[in-house]
Amino acid sequence: MATTEKSLERRDFLSKLAQTGLVIAIGTTSVRRLEAADRLSRGLLASPDGAWQPSVYLRIADDGAVTIICHRSEMGQGIRTGMAMVIADELGCDYNAITLEQGLGDNKYGSQNTDGSTSMRNGAYDTMRLAGATARVLLEASAAAEWGVDASSVSTKNGVVSHAASGRSLPFGKLVARARTLPVPAKPALKSESQFTMIGKMVPGIDLMNVLTGKAIYGQDAKMPGMKIAVILHPPVYGSKVESFDASAALKVKGVEQVIEIPGTPPPSAFFPLGGVAVIASSTWAAIQGREKLKVKWSASPNDSYDSVAYRKELEGSVRAEGKTVRNLGDAPAALGGKKVEAEYYAPHLAHAPMEPPAAVASVKGDKCEAWACTQNPQAARDTIAGYLKLKPENVDVHVTLLGGAFGRKSKPDYVVEAAFLSQKIGTPVKVVWTREDDLGVGYPHTVSMQRLEATMDAGGKITAWRHRIASPPIPSIFAPGQEYHSDDELALGVLDMPYEIPNVRVEVGKAPAHVRIGWFRSVSNVPQAFAIASFMDELAHAAGKDPLEFLMQSLGPDRILDMNATGALKPVGNYGAKWEDHPNDTSRHKRVLQAVAREAGWGRKLPKGEGLGIAVHRSFLTYVASVVHVKVSPKGKVTIPRVDIAMDCGYAVHPDRVRSQCEGAVIMSLSNAMTSELSFKNGRAVQTNFNAYKVVRMAQAPRVIKVHIINSGGPMGGVGEPGVPPVAPAFANAIFAATGKRLRTLPIGDQLAKA
Amino acid sequence: MPIKLTVNGSPQTFDGDPTQPLLWYLRDDLGLTGTKFGCGIAACGACTVHLNGTSVQSCVTPMMAAANMKVTTIEGLSAKGDHPVQKAWAAANVPQCGYCQSGQMMAASALIKKKGKPTDADVDEAMSLVICRCGCYPRIREAIMIAAGMMPATSTTGGR
Repeated sequence: MATTEKSLERRDFLSKLAQTGLVIAIGTTSVRRLEAADRLSRGLLASPDGAWQPSVYLRIADDGAVTIICHRSEMGQGIRTGMAMVIADELGCDYNAITLEQGLGDNKYGSQNTDGSTSMRNGAYDTMRLAGATARVLLEASAAAEWGVDASSVSTKNGVVSHAASGRSLPFGKLVARARTLPVPAKPALKSESQFTMIGKMVPGIDLMNVLTGKAIYGQDAKMPGMKIAVILHPPVYGSKVESFDASAALKVKGVEQVIEIPGTPPPSAFFPLGGVAVIASSTWAAIQGREKLKVKWSASPNDSYDSVAYRKELEGSVRAEGKTVRNLGDAPAALGGKKVEAEYYAPHLAHAPMEPPAAVASVKGDKCEAWACTQNPQAARDTIAGYLKLKPENVDVHVTLLGGAFGRKSKPDYVVEAAFLSQKIGTPVKVVWTREDDLGVGYPHTVSMQRLEATMDAGGKITAWRHRIASPPIPSIFAPGQEYHSDDELALGVLDMPYEIPNVRVEVGKAPAHVRIGWFRSVSNVPQAFAIASFMDELAHAAGKDPLEFLMQSLGPDRILDMNATGALKPVGNYGAKWEDHPNDTSRHKRVLQAVAREAGWGRKLPKGEGLGIAVHRSFLTYVASVVHVKVSPKGKVTIPRVDIAMDCGYAVHPDRVRSQCEGAVIMSLSNAMTSELSFKNGRAVQTNFNAYKVVRMAQAPRVIKVHIINSGGPMGGVGEPGVPPVAPAFANAIFAATGKRLRTLPIGDQLAKA
Repeated sequence: MPIKLTVNGSPQTFDGDPTQPLLWYLRDDLGLTGTKFGCGIAACGACTVHLNGTSVQSCVTPMMAAANMKVTTIEGLSAKGDHPVQKAWAAANVPQCGYCQSGQMMAASALIKKKGKPTDADVDEAMSLVICRCGCYPRIREAIMIAAGMMPATSTTGGR
């Protein structure tokens, strides 16, 4: 296999920043592991508090207190808790006694980019086990030496090393002095998973009590002594910049102290600030009011005419003509014929809309910068600040607060850079507060997608030919000019790795120039691509006169590992940063989640008129997920959702309750995508700029019941945060079809079903 | 005229702009950052607090509307984090990112105080004012039932 360790994951889009003149350190899995191993073998750096530091992720003080460093960002996925669970188990210490520190942005941790559903599968599990095992082996060796017994005869539990044969035991605190003199083993023996007592259990979250009492600190809450607050009027159209501005009225607002222009970054602007005019004030309210009073003349932009209605037509034109072929198996154009089924699917731009709008506080003094931010990627924040302010990256400290939701938005650190820029300008710490209008108006919207699918089946309902055309502005367009076709990286999210057994497959991409900063959103292009593919499979099932579940099972073909060299893809197909041999695409796992969810949801049961069940399956982030949605449509077209079932096979669930809550959340986010959410543009500007217009699912619209079925298949560990999203929207649309006979091919459904 | 009010039991005096939203007074002036900023237009509920026991969106409540009133924020909901709603939230392990949960718990505690044992429709109406983008709704509904004594803390509806 020529693929994919390095080239094909989202974080590796970062490498494209190099093209903009800024070099970003990229932490691939292999680099991270090498780095970690190297640091271990060298016995590591001095600990700040003199504690023993057998790993960059772990310190044990002379009194035995265990501190772990969480190098990934907490945004609701529970990684801080998960890391502590893994350490507690592998080291053999008391989970409740662990102190957790959030790591600064620092290459010594390997990749800290908290995206791609990697925190546990690629960030914490192996790393924390290695760290915990290293410390345990050394503590056990120390105790064994103390007692003159064989190290294999001692064991560790709850912060105490014991020798069962003699009944002797010593707490960690009594062993640290000796342990720190021992050489660090390169490959300490790991426990077997059957020895774990925390992993697999439900554990209260490490931040739970702080959240429940309002003490948890997010980016919007971060403070530095003497800080000023900045609210920024950003260019409303991508590519526009400040031509002139009048701040006289803004400066009259009580509390407003200064008004400062931030230079813009022309497209492709990557992670750099959009520019604009910043109002600096002594309070947030003054800054918000001051911004209202600014008068700014914006320059013309090539994106001034961006209009979502017209753009949809442009994309339709792209998918109705032959595009650039990226996958060509057999001869699909020749084989398409006879009883051909065809359909077009549209999914609009989406906004991440985390409940916490982006925010950061920074202090620049001389050639040094310190920042606190709700960022998914403190290393990118550090490096982008360094690049923008011409500082050395090692002189930039980026601390990570809790993130009030992120969903991909907060891996782009433009707002952190704004705070650092303004602090450098005015010489005091500055907190930049994005309002909801900023978040929705000038963020990094998820791509908009038009897809055309065509297929032919034989008399038995076997798909013989399949053509999939996609026009969707690509993420690489934020990093490099001329990127007008959906990229191979994005097509690897469900299209190039489409699992159905079809002899003739053609995938083509059509032109789709970007007019906004396209950003990755939870599940990325799996969102529109799973919607189109899983909806179309349902359409084919009905065209073939088959039950949709039976049709999916039949189309997956015999149990097998897909041969990723034989897909007809013109380039190696990415696999979420993993090797195909480690994480194959296994049709039996698709089938297993389908069968599980169908069984649990009572697939096939008779429902009253106006109700229906829909089903879909999708593999993403190395995890297999199937969902059944039950909808109820009133005679007037009002949709309610009594229940959603979702089955996930992520190989191995470290913290099952958190896997469940991530799945519950994925169901609801996917239903927002399907039912209510659309970010559209007119005259280059976002139309929906607050939650009154950008609609998301609320309590009343949420499913009454969500049943999560975790399948611990024992397969290699996959991601959890994102893979729940893709199959739910198509399962919902398929359920609407079952309930009403109406096929929804445009998201969101909005009032498409409403009847007067 | 300075505005007098009580925040979490402590008397306070405010002599700034009487049209300033209560949210920014709580967050910036008093440092009570448990009350969150989400939208600024009363469309998301992250800033929900109690004004004389009733839930309001502090982002659109001007200071003058809080004059001589008792304001309760998440920091003042209970002394030890053991209000029945907080205990129920822990039992159902509700929070994901946690950012909206202050608003959720303030809305839920006001709802339970008003209705005793809220119906599903009551929950839909009151809690639809507070958005959770992480999608904790099934657990919030369950936690409200636990807090209202309508369900034991060990029972679950969320598939657990």
